[in-house]
Parts: sequence; C-alpha cells; structure tokens
Amino acid sequence: MSTTVMPVSADDTLALRPSVWARCVRFVRREPLGTFGLFLVIAMAIVGGLAEVIAPYNPTANDFSAMTEAPSLTHLLGTDQFGRDLLSRLIYGARTALIVGLSSAIVGGAIGLVLGVGSAYFGGRIDLVLQRIFDVVMAFPLIILALAVVSIFGTGVQNVIIAITIPLIPRIARVVRSSALAIREIPYVDAARACGFGHWRIILCHMVPNVMAPFLIMITASVGQAILAEASLSYLGLGVQEPVPAWGLMLQGGAEEYASSAPWIAIFPGVAIMLSVLGVNLFGDALRDTLDPKLRVR
Amino acid sequence: MRKALLSAAMALGLVAAAPADAQTPKRGGHLTYMIAADGGPSLDGHRETTYAVLHATAPFYSTLIRVKPDEPSNTTEFACDLCTEFPTPTDNGLTWTFKIRKGVKFHDGSPLTAHDVVASWQKIVHPPKGVASAREALFVMVDTITAPDDETVVFKLKYATLTFLPALADPYAYIYPKHILDKDMHYFEKNILGSGPFKLEAYEVGQSVKGVRNPDFYHPGQPYLDGFTAIFAPRQSVRTEAIKADRAAMEFRSMPPSARDQLVKELGDKITVQESDWNCGNVVTPNHKKKPFDDVRVRRALFLAVDQWKGAQALQKIAVVRTVGSLVYPGSPFAPTKEELQQQIGYWPDIEKSRAEARRLLKEAGQENLTFELLNRNVDQPYIIVGTWLIDEWSKVGIKATQKVVPTGPWLDSMRAGDFTVALEANCQNVVNPIADAARWLPSEVMRENFAYFSDPVMVDIYNRMLKETDFTKARALMREYERRVTDEAHQLMVTWWYRIVPMRSYVKGWKISPSHYLNQSLANIWLDK
Amino acid sequence: MLQYILKRVLLVIPTLIGAAALVFLLMRAIPGDVCVIRLGSGGGTFDPKAIATCHAELGMDRSMFLQFVDFVWGFFTFDFGTSMWSGKPVIQEIGIRLPVSLEIAFLATFVAVAIAIPLGTISALKQNSWIDYVVRIVAIGGIATPSFWLGIVSIVLVLDITKAITGTPWMPPIDFVPFTQDPLRNLSMVILPALTIGYRYSAVSMRMTRSAMLEVLREDYIRTARAKGLIHKLIINRHALKNAMLPVVTLIGIEFAFLIGGLVVTEQVFNLNGVGRLFVQAVQNKDYTLTQALVMLTVAIFVICNLIVDLLYAWLDPRIRYN
Repeated sequence: MSTTVMPVSADDTLALRPSVWARCVRFVRREPLGTFGLFLVIAMAIVGGLAEVIAPYNPTANDFSAMTEAPSLTHLLGTDQFGRDLLSRLIYGARTALIVGLSSAIVGGAIGLVLGVGSAYFGGRIDLVLQRIFDVVMAFPLIILALAVVSIFGTGVQNVIIAITIPLIPRIARVVRSSALAIREIPYVDAARACGFGHWRIILCHMVPNVMAPFLIMITASVGQAILAEASLSYLGLGVQEPVPAWGLMLQGGAEEYASSAPWIAIFPGVAIMLSVLGVNLFGDALRDTLDPKLRVR
Repeated sequence: MRKALLSAAMALGLVAAAPADAQTPKRGGHLTYMIAADGGPSLDGHRETTYAVLHATAPFYSTLIRVKPDEPSNTTEFACDLCTEFPTPTDNGLTWTFKIRKGVKFHDGSPLTAHDVVASWQKIVHPPKGVASAREALFVMVDTITAPDDETVVFKLKYATLTFLPALADPYAYIYPKHILDKDMHYFEKNILGSGPFKLEAYEVGQSVKGVRNPDFYHPGQPYLDGFTAIFAPRQSVRTEAIKADRAAMEFRSMPPSARDQLVKELGDKITVQESDWNCGNVVTPNHKKKPFDDVRVRRALFLAVDQWKGAQALQKIAVVRTVGSLVYPGSPFAPTKEELQQQIGYWPDIEKSRAEARRLLKEAGQENLTFELLNRNVDQPYIIVGTWLIDEWSKVGIKATQKVVPTGPWLDSMRAGDFTVALEANCQNVVNPIADAARWLPSEVMRENFAYFSDPVMVDIYNRMLKETDFTKARALMREYERRVTDEAHQLMVTWWYRIVPMRSYVKGWKISPSHYLNQSLANIWLDK
Repeated sequence: MLQYILKRVLLVIPTLIGAAALVFLLMRAIPGDVCVIRLGSGGGTFDPKAIATCHAELGMDRSMFLQFVDFVWGFFTFDFGTSMWSGKPVIQEIGIRLPVSLEIAFLATFVAVAIAIPLGTISALKQNSWIDYVVRIVAIGGIATPSFWLGIVSIVLVLDITKAITGTPWMPPIDFVPFTQDPLRNLSMVILPALTIGYRYSAVSMRMTRSAMLEVLREDYIRTARAKGLIHKLIINRHALKNAMLPVVTLIGIEFAFLIGGLVVTEQVFNLNGVGRLFVQAVQNKDYTLTQALVMLTVAIFVICNLIVDLLYAWLDPRIRYN
C-alpha cells in the first residue's frame, strides 16, 4: 500500500523506512497517554471477549434474596435492584459496548468512506445531492431516528447499532470528502485517468489510502461517540432493552432511583463508560498526533 | 436496616393510631406538591383519563357525590359533595333524586344550581357530536337526567344496577357552569372555572399550577390551606430528592419501596408514610388469535407456571406490588376469600404441583419448547420488573420467553392491532366499582379494548345477569362464576395487584390514602402542622 | 462573492424540505396514535367513540398528502399548527419553554468559553508538560462523561454535601422563575445543569483551542517573530491567538447547535421545563405537529449555524469562493 515518508529523527539509525515494530515502539515512547488509552481499549476487549470465563455470575440471573447489596466479598461491586451481580453485568456490558461501538464505527466508517470519497471524486450533481442528504441526516435529532428504528424494526442490539450508525455516516463522509477533495487536484490522479484506469480502481487504490489518516481518527472518535449515544438512548428508554447487560441501560431506571441509597448501581457503569470512551479518545488523539506531521514536537 | 424498618413501622403506626387526627386543623399555609407526570393534554376532566389532569385540576371543582374524604378506602359508602343528603332510590332502584345545596357559587360569582349539574352530566353521559367523553360507557344505564327545579336533580335509569352509585362518584365528573357550556362545550379544555375549594391563581404550562383559597367555599371552615402549588415532575429521582430537600411536601400517586425506605431512613420522623392496596394491576394477556395460544392447555400452562404467592412477597420489596388477587379489587367485599382464590388456575398454593401440571399440559399440547416474546411497556415500575419476574417463572417449566420492551405508543398500538403473542397490560380503574371494573375482561366482540381477542358467550351471559342483579349476595356469587370462567378458560391472568406507597412530610395532615390515586384530590381537608 | 452567498443560501432550501419530508414520514411510520395514548395510557377503559372524535378533531382522518401540504404550507404562512396533544398553538408551546433552554444554553456557553480558551492556550504553550497532560485529561474526561450521569451524580453529591455541612440537604428548585423575577432562585436552578452541559462543551472547545494554537505556533511567521526578539507575550497575543481563534469560534458556533441536543437528556434529570423535555414528550405522545415543528427548529438552527460558518470561511479564504 502507500508509504508515508517519515522524517528521520535523532533516534533512528540509518533506517529510512522503519519497521512496524520500531514505529510502535516510537509511538509508545512519544505518546504515553495514547498508549494508556490503547491499553484501556485492549483491556476492555479482553474482558468483553472472555466474559463467560471471567464473570463470576450469570448477568441476567435474578436473585431476589440479594437485592441492592453493597459491594462485598460475594459480590465485588454489589448487586442491582434485581439482585444481579454488578461486576458480571459490567463485564458482559463491555462486550455489548464494544460490539455497539465497533460495529457502528466500522459500518458507519465504511459507508462514510465510500460516500465521502465517491462524492469528492465524482463531484458535480452527485456531490451536491449527497451533501444535502448529509446535511439533513446530521441535523436530524438522534431520538427520532432511534425511535423510528426501534419501533419499525424492534428492539435489540442490532437495531440500536443501526440507529447509531446512521448519524455517524455523514460526519465521517464529510471529513473524508474534504481530504479527498485536496487529493483530487493532485496531478497523479489525472495521470492515472490518462492511463485508462477505471473510476473504482482510482478511488480504491489511489484516493482511499491517502485519506486513511483522518479516516482512522474519525473512526476512533466514532467508537466513543457510539458508546455515549447508546447510553443516552438507553436512558430515554430507546436503546438496548432489559435484560441485556449494557452500561447505558444500567444507568437508567433503577440507577437513578437508588442513586442515594445504593450509589454503586449508578457509579460503576458510569465509570466504565467514562474509562472506555477516555481510552478510545486518548488513543485517537495520539494517533492523530502521530499521523499528522505538523503537530509533532520539533 | 433494622433502624429503618423500625422508623417505618413507627411512621405507619402513627397513622394507624390516630385515624381521625385528634388534633384540630390549623388554618393557613401553602402546600407544594408534585405531579408525577408531564402536564396533561387538556384541562377538561370529562374528556381526559390521565391522573396528571386530575391532580392539577380537581382542587378547583366540585362533584355531585364523592368518596368519603375521611374514609376514602371505603368502597361501599359515599358522601355528598354538592348534594345535601344521600338519597334512597325509588322505583325499584330506577330513580335517584338528589337535592342540591343552596348558596354554592362558581368562582366568577354566578350561582350553582341543579341546571349546572344536569348540563355537566349530560356532557358526560350524552355528549353532543364532536364532544368526547372518556367514560361515556360507564353510564349506559342512565336514561335521562333532569332538573325539575333549581335544587333538584333526577337520574332515571334504564335498569337497576349496583354499578350506578360508584360510577356516579367518578372524580372526573366536574360540575361546570351551564351558561358557559351553552356557549362553548370546549371551553374547559383550556380554561378552569369551577366551584371547588380553590381558585386558579396561575397555570404555567408544563411547569406548575397554583391555586388560592376560595373564600366562598360551601363546606364550613374549609379549605384550611391558603393555597397550593402543584409542580410537574415526571422523574422519580427528582421527586424523591425534592421531598428530601423539602422543595415539595409530597406526591399523590405512589413511590416505589426503595424511595420510601430511603426517605424514612434519612428523615426519620419528619416523614409519614401511608400505604394501601391499589385499584390497579398487571394482566398477562395471551393473544388467542396467535398459535399456540389458541390452545387452552397452553394458556393454562402459562398461568400455572407462575408462583404468585412467593413472587408477590419478593417483588414487594422492589416494586409497587403486593397483594395477590383475582380480577376483583382485593379490598372489596366482592373479592374472593383466600380459599376461593387458591382453587383457581394461577393461584394454587402448591407451586410444585402447579408447575408439574403446567409441564404435563405443555407436553400434551406438544409445546415443550415453547418460545415467545412478551410485549411490555418501557416503564420500570412495575411493568419491567413484573415482566422480568414472569420470564424467570416461565423458564422454570421450560418456556423460553424474552421481553420486548417498547414505549407507550407502540405498546398500545401493537395491542390494538393484535400484533403480539403475549402482552403484559395494565388494568387501572378509579372508583372501586367491581362489577363495572369487571367489564374490561369481557370478550373482544363486546369489549373492543380487550386485547386477548377471544369469544366466550358464557361469560357475556354471566356478566349481563350480574349487571342487573341488585342483591349483593347473589351478585357476589355471579362474580365468582365470572371469575372462574376467566381462569378456567385461562383467558387472562391478573398478576399481583399494585400497592400504593405515599410518603409525605409529617407536617401534612388531613389527607387519607385510598385505593386509587384518582380519588380524594380536592385538598379541601388538608392542613399543615407548621 | 455575492454569487457565492446566493448559491450557499439557496442550498439551504432543499435541506429544509428534505428534513421536513423525513420527519413527516418517520413520525407516521412509527406506530402509536396520539389519541390512543391520550385516552389509554392510564390503563383504564375508554369509549372507542372518543378516539374517532379525537381523530376527526385533529384532522388525522385526512389523506397523508393533504396533511403534508398543510404542514409545508404552514411554514410559508408562519402558521406552525396546534399541538395534537394539548390543542395549544405550537408557537405558544415552544415559546413558553424557550427561555429556560436558552438561558441554560447561554450560561453553558459562557462558562465553557471562559474556561476553554485560557486553558487550551496554556496547554498549547506548554505542550507535553504536566499542565498539558492535566488539561488534556480533564478535557477528554468532559468528552467521555455522559452528561446525564454527571447530572444525576451532581444532584446527589450536592444533597449529601449540604446535609453533611449544614444538616439540611439542599436541592436546586424544581420550578422555574425568570431571572427578572427572582435572580437568585433562577440562578440556583440553572447553574448545575449549565455546568453539566458546559463541561462537555468546554472540553471540546479546549481541545480545539489547543490544536489550533499548536498549528499556529508552528507557523514560520511565529518563528520569525521570535527570532526578531519580540517579547513572548506580545507574540502570543497579537499573532498566534488571533489566528487560532477562527477555527475555535467556528467550532463553538457549530457545537452550540449540538448543545440543544444535549439539553434533551439534561432537562429530564433536573426537571427543567425546557424545549428538550417538550421534544421528548412530543415524540412519546406521537404529537405530529409539535414534533415536526421542533425538528424543523433544530434543523433550522443547525443549518443557519453552518451557513454562517461557511460564509465566514468564504469571506476569509478566497480560494473557497471560487471553487
């Protein structure tokens, strides 16, 4: 694929094209915050992926004899109003959060990438119409979209993902489009056309790789936004529904009711959301700092 | 925890020990309370069914009769509001003649006469075209309403029935001035003008309603309060915290057990709690038009799997439910005894036997691996909690059910369209009127709003006989027959009647809890001990 | 330039029409009937005739096409219809609640900007120092925290802290009085929600200020100014800050439109009678006219903010104009 030529710094010895490993090491050294963020995300992925192994209890098992218990040795983070173990729900919730976040970001990103680059490449009327559609979708309140999706397609994680992905697409498409617009003017695209390359080959082989940097940054930002969007939707009763363990859902209803008497029900899911979005954003920031040469410290 | 329970017991004990409030009411003071909803649609009680409208407007209006303000949980005796004394019906129960008080004035100074009462009741019972009356169906037995003179109102019925008097005590039956109704039947949707204990001071849309004492009120000495402010507060946490911080004294609908426990623990004797069974409950409604719920064996199995007795005990700690009952309000003399109840499907005392029978029926019907979606409303208290519990119970006989939780609009819509397999509904009535309340269980060809979609002429026949039966003992026996029909055929199951928990600041006195959050809201007998 | 402005303004119209069509269709595709909700959500029985009367009254028995024409025509005549739920004119319903939402929005903006610009600038000047790290973490905290959760936690904290210190728990008032009537009570109600929303707003602005400043500080002319030996402060104030402000100001403008969205959940938590809460109610009640009007309002604000930003950019950067 394409190579981004990196200026040689004092650390490197004679390596004009540092290996991937060397680049990673440099990243870790230069961006401690970003590395910390990446670590958080990886931890979340491991926890969510190994949920069946790690979680001490079944997250949907009601236990009416152990309702709203404070954190103790039997229930490390306490129980909620149905007697369900909070730690187990948080662990399975990590899986739901990652699924929602990554799916929305990746699907939205893929569609946004194609639409953004295509819009920039073809220009003219297609660009004009697509821009207006993006405007409409971006300005449209998320609640109605979510309610429409939930009511028409039913509840369930996949429908929440659909509801969250839709507003993400134009945001990503916009950013990708402005990067792609800059590239379109570069002579080698004209040269490629002169050589007789088809539209799709130019788009996929030449333009897309060059918008990768802002695209990746948008994706990482979108994961965080998707997790937060799920939380807000669940709070309003439009997101994931009981008894699926999801952090946003855990903050609704019972958490508020018990906010003074059993604060752990509200605090731990909120902290989980914060940490995961924090991690994703820290990593995304560091990624941008690395990929955007202008922002590096001289 | 024990300390909290002790305080709760003390708080409840205080209420039980001094039922008639041995102290003399103090005059003066301003009550701030909350309404557990967003502002209702219109202000016209005849037209609306939501308590949000009632809690906001009832203090401004009078009604003909009402529940006894000092004994609102009495389901058989009522008191006069605008009438002078309780009449005995004549003509074999077909004619009811009420004498109206003299000297009652509307807030604009005009006098209230029998003609205003007739005009308002005509609007409720025989609304003209274009005017909606939400409870018109309750009064099909009324033939004519007339005012032979300024102080007499006569109700003539088509048939004598035990359902008339409780229906007449409908708290929404506000008496409006005839001279305004004659000009504009829709006036009261946006305006308030009554003869009640309070006059409207300010109405801030979506936010609050303020009232001030009506100096010309006809019950002597009342209202004790100088005025009140009602603030709309739809979220439970806001309401709990507001009472803690004394931003408001109380909320008249109900609070979940956790809020009560919290408040009692933190405020001790500054909080008083009143509790009562509630004339509301959840109903498991299988759609008879969807296989396999057209098979009575599957329906019976569904109901036999549920352990209501143990469930109610566990659930009452986290949800506003408590009493196990049949389709009749548990506190009414029409309700079955425990023995009578335990013979019905869904109420057997031996749950192992019940579940074994459920499994046997499922096997016989070929439905051992029954899987379905329970349609539920996305309200925590108690819908989602009860739904979650039900799913757990069903899993114990091998039924794999999942909850489909949707907002109110789609929930109602799906049920009306028959677009569901099993739904968890709510059944909420206001005045306890057991025979009239039993009508909602009638088959769908008679009762359009029964979402179980079944046909059962035997039920209809029993009901019609019960409706016209004026002897209490015979009516009760018919009610048992009606009930058995519902549970034997497993049409619908009433699960755990709701339970009203109303914590209030201890300085609020005079208000008594009743089985319904629609009742006793005129605030005329409330006073503040400050 | 004029041609660009005209073209840009004209492009607003298809967006508005698109949004109108979308909200119209979506609302009718979602199951739920305002009349049924009005009469049936209490769980009690009601007369089926009442629903028919209600439908006729609200004009819901007309064809979809007629309803849409009515809706769009309303914009040209500035008649935005009446709420199907309450029967009051939509303008009145929104007008009653707008002051609350606007007051919080402006207070949040003020707080956000007052914090974001100085902190973002310092963070940029001292890149990778501990101050920078602290500011960055605080800023990312603001983006990562769900604002309604922050609201819930803050109310409980205030209650507990006031109880611990004074013995009586304190909570902001739950009913709104205008600033002109009782400024202290008004502010005590508005300050917590403003801070809750403002935190996220200031976080986003802080990050943008930081990155804009960083970019500007790399520019050659800054190096030249430093080489010339001008005093550090002068350089920053006159050259860097001014140039960095453009993207920051445009971001603040665009984020303001999203602020309205954030109000939706926050108003629930703090019991504020604002436009956000009205919106949730309208959607839940299936009140077509009110929801449509509110959505169009949101879209209009968003579109106008974008328009202003685009025009500003075009005015400042001639290359865009002639594209």
